[in-house]
Amino acid sequence: MRGALVWHRLARARCLPGAALCFLTIVGSQGCVAEKDPSSVTASAEPPKAGVLRLATTTSTRDSGLLDVLVPGFESQQGCRVDVIAVGTGAALRLGEAGDVDVLVVHARNAERAFMAAKYGTRHEEFMFNHFLLVGPASDPAKIHALEPAAAFARIATGKHVYFSRGDDSGTHKRELQIWEQLGGLVEWVDYCEVGQGMGPTLMMADEKQGYTLVDMGTYLKFKEKIALVPLVEEANSLRNPYAALVVNAARHDKLNAALAGAFVDFLISQPTQRQIADFRISGRALFTPTRLDAAP
Amino acid sequence: MELLWDGLTGALQLLLERDTLVLRAAWRSLWISGLAVALAGCGGIPVGFLLAQTRFIGRSVCVVLFRAGMSIPTVLIGLVCYALFSRRGPLGGLDLLYTQWGILVGECALAVPIIVTWTHRAVGGLDPRAAETVWTMGAGPLRRWWVLISEARVGIALALLTAFARCLTELGIAMMVGGNVKYRTRTLTTATAVETARGEFDRGVAMSTILFLVALLVTVLHAWCNRGKRER
Repeated sequence: MRGALVWHRLARARCLPGAALCFLTIVGSQGCVAEKDPSSVTASAEPPKAGVLRLATTTSTRDSGLLDVLVPGFESQQGCRVDVIAVGTGAALRLGEAGDVDVLVVHARNAERAFMAAKYGTRHEEFMFNHFLLVGPASDPAKIHALEPAAAFARIATGKHVYFSRGDDSGTHKRELQIWEQLGGLVEWVDYCEVGQGMGPTLMMADEKQGYTLVDMGTYLKFKEKIALVPLVEEANSLRNPYAALVVNAARHDKLNAALAGAFVDFLISQPTQRQIADFRISGRALFTPTRLDAAP
Repeated sequence: MELLWDGLTGALQLLLERDTLVLRAAWRSLWISGLAVALAGCGGIPVGFLLAQTRFIGRSVCVVLFRAGMSIPTVLIGLVCYALFSRRGPLGGLDLLYTQWGILVGECALAVPIIVTWTHRAVGGLDPRAAETVWTMGAGPLRRWWVLISEARVGIALALLTAFARCLTELGIAMMVGGNVKYRTRTLTTATAVETARGEFDRGVAMSTILFLVALLVTVLHAWCNRGKRER
């Protein structure tokens, strides 16, 4: 009996170094992953001289990779650090209302107007646009290819085809709801899946289940290689998607960095940045069209 | 603070009004974690028991592996499940991705190491004389194991409760494998994440309040089990 007890203790003691090693390996590997995470690059450890600018933006802007190109230039110009918080347009506007961020980059005109009208913002500058696309499986069971957006949505709904909706109050979601509104309101069906997630995940889910979804051009091009969905309705004027930068009203909240926020908006509409936006390409295709670019000399 | 207070009153209101989305998410969270723990228990308790009661080569390696398995991040389990269940993955044909059953499988994987490790500890921590006594009284192996299991029942109950709390409150698996589809795979944790992402902070706080209340209940049960253990 004693023997068994001693054996037990020995066995347990022998486990300890192994357990410690396993623990270290796991912690170590997690550390490596964190270092490689591209999103941590923007929040670099360099001490900011001109403070920190908190930018709330839409997931579509982040997922496209445009910010990774623009933000470092602004950081080195101003000697500041930009913390990017990527959420849906609805949440970004809420963060602005609460004074949790200094500047917003969003795309939902009506909501932006309401935001400005309620004096939550002091400046509103549209600076670029792109288009939404309606993507779906190559077999196109709803036969929506090259239709007008509203007609395409109507066919998806009447045929009760698999459709993935952002469902997160984002600019893309608001636009989708606008189209349903034109059709007399959305009547949800079984395969209308509201996922409440960012553009990237929603697109991947639609791809997994071979459904239709509305996506902004930037995110689509970014994910194009990874998915089997094809654009079915595109370049329609009614699917134009304007982006705007908004400065949060510093008079309503303490601790807002209004000077830096203003500088950021100036930076976005400045000619070099507008040129950079025009030159930003993914797989050879321009993603955004700058709206403040002077005619080429 | 205003946000949290509004959220708390909002939570009560949502519960009193029997908001269908909230109640369905709560019910879904409960049954998926409950069933996952039950299934994981069916496999995990015997394994933990065998690890404590038998001797074989590589046993301590197994113990360490299960113990390390307790600290696997849920996003990793979610990612592995996603890779398996994806249309391009080896189990794509089962059509488990973005279903409740997919979440169930992932949460089982989360619960098994917890249950194995805690059962192993509970049974291994028993006085070895208990087994010897039953043995000398002429009980067969099955009978002997049954006695040991009932001796370790508090520890095993703690194992199940811990696993349940972990499954209930995890986000990674439910989000990556379930996909947070409204009316189908939305759970309390994914709903909280999503309501916050939508800017509906009060609904987010409401959901997490319900989650917290359930977790609190589990903790109270946990403490109650532990108290019994000390008295014994």
